[in-house]
Amino acid sequence: MIRFEHVGLSYPAPGRQPPASVLRDLSFAVPEGAFRWLLGPSGAGKTSLLRLMYLAARPTEGSLTLLGTEIARAGRRQLPGLRRRIGVVFQDFRLLPHLSAFDNVALPLRIGGRPEGQIRADVAEMLRWVGLAGKLESPPETLSGGEQQRVAIARAVITRPRLLLADEPTGNLDEAQAERLMRLLHELVRLGTTVVVATHNEALVARHAAPALRLDHGRLVTHG
Amino acid sequence: MARSKLRPAGFDDLGLQRALSDRLLPFLVAAMAFLAALGLAGAFAAAGLAHHWQQGAEAALTIQVPDPGADSAAPGLSRLERVLALLRADPVVTDARPLTPGELDALLRPWLGTDAGRLALPLPAVIAVHLADPAAPLASLSSTLGAAAPGTLVESHGVWVRRLAALARSLQACAAVALLVVAAVAVAVVAVATHAGIAARREAIEIVHGLGAADGYIAARFAGRATRLAAIGAAAGALAALPVLLTLAGLAAPFGGLAAPETEPSVLAPAGLPILLWLALPLLPLIAAAIGYLTAQVTVRSWLRRLP
Ligand SMILES: Nc1ncnc2c1ncn2[C@@H]1O[C@H](COP(=O)(O)OP(=O)(O)OP(=O)(O)O)[C@@H](O)[C@H]1O
Ligand SMILES: [Mg+2]
Repeated sequence: MIRFEHVGLSYPAPGRQPPASVLRDLSFAVPEGAFRWLLGPSGAGKTSLLRLMYLAARPTEGSLTLLGTEIARAGRRQLPGLRRRIGVVFQDFRLLPHLSAFDNVALPLRIGGRPEGQIRADVAEMLRWVGLAGKLESPPETLSGGEQQRVAIARAVITRPRLLLADEPTGNLDEAQAERLMRLLHELVRLGTTVVVATHNEALVARHAAPALRLDHGRLVTHG
Repeated sequence: MARSKLRPAGFDDLGLQRALSDRLLPFLVAAMAFLAALGLAGAFAAAGLAHHWQQGAEAALTIQVPDPGADSAAPGLSRLERVLALLRADPVVTDARPLTPGELDALLRPWLGTDAGRLALPLPAVIAVHLADPAAPLASLSSTLGAAAPGTLVESHGVWVRRLAALARSLQACAAVALLVVAAVAVAVVAVATHAGIAARREAIEIVHGLGAADGYIAARFAGRATRLAAIGAAAGALAALPVLLTLAGLAAPFGGLAAPETEPSVLAPAGLPILLWLALPLLPLIAAAIGYLTAQVTVRSWLRRLP
């Protein structure tokens, strides 16, 4: 499902400095339909690891297999199709500012070519589920941080992705909303989605015991 | 609950209605189309002139016979009659006709005024001759006629026609170069506008790309917008050029108009403009649309290659 073999990631550094190595020699696998926490102190490389998994970056070393495809060998044209099977809740939400909450959540369906007639009901239902039934036409800037985060969550799961990656998805949620999100994630896992959640929220991790990938300074310190 | 508005197929998810401004791009493309319309008119006018000169005058000669009424060497024939007889006997000559005094007057009026006929000038007779073969050698004809009626001048229009036709062709080439430059500038204008749009929507593009949009999806958004704006601009530019062209045709009417000379407004030249120009003007928005589409596609796709 997800297989990392000696994966390294370096970001090109400004000027003539050597590339900054952010992830080093990562080897692990996450089976299909599994749930994993992704833990580690700030700056440990959690977002960078997720970026590899949602194909915003390609490994600079090693081999990464996602959804049955070896990423280093995949052509650039193959990546959009893979990305459409991956749902992402970004740490900074990344909502499109000029679109309403409804259109933001509908966006992955439109990109996937879903007929307009089949979009409405699903998107409205999804937004109702995250408690935003009254805010369908609101632009992101008029939403609170938690509301924006819930729009981001709705957008990530609307396509029923095979792989769901969430980067600090409870950062702006209260405890009740965080629990609601965990129920949604467990439901997705039950339906066969692989879920990886990066978080600093130790209380949440404690309440929902599950295997964890723990990073420190770009290395894996525990796995499983 | 949700407002039940159905979004059109080309839903503006990248917010290009504001990022690709509907002011500057159409205005610049309109200016390009205006110039292209003038260039086309110039090209067609030059082509019409070249064609006319080539057709009408290539196979023509003018022969001047001084002192036409005097006796010639042949008994009972005047010099003019002698020359005419020789010309009509020549198989390469299809037609030989002396100009009437009225026609001569008309020819001389610009030089000598309205009373040319009453001036005490010994005017030569002028014979308009058409040849079957424009390339026929004229030296022997010239010497035969000179022997029969000394002082006779044979003037071939061919030389002048070839010079004028070369002039017309170089005018056409200039117009073609101008059209190419206009098209290149239009490409540059669309490329710059597209780059500005990409810069304004960079984050949205990266998000949509990250959600799995193929390059073609994003490029199609830009291309659709650029196509519309370019077509609208070019239509406006072509329309704006029309009154200018009609005015030019009116000014040029005494010289034969922008269509071939001596062409009255007709089926071939409605309102004094060549029919081909009437057909080409509506093509300008189509060509501009194609330039907009292709340029935006190429620009966006090559920019997107920097994303993983
Ligand atoms: N685009 C980039 N270019 C260069 N360095 C980067 C880039 N993104 C992240 N880094 C560096 O990589 C390291 C890991 O960053 P990352 O965002 O993966 O950490 P994180 O574990 O997600 O932290 P946090 O918990 O604060 O979100 C940091 O030192 C960061 O400065
Ligand atoms: Mg992070």
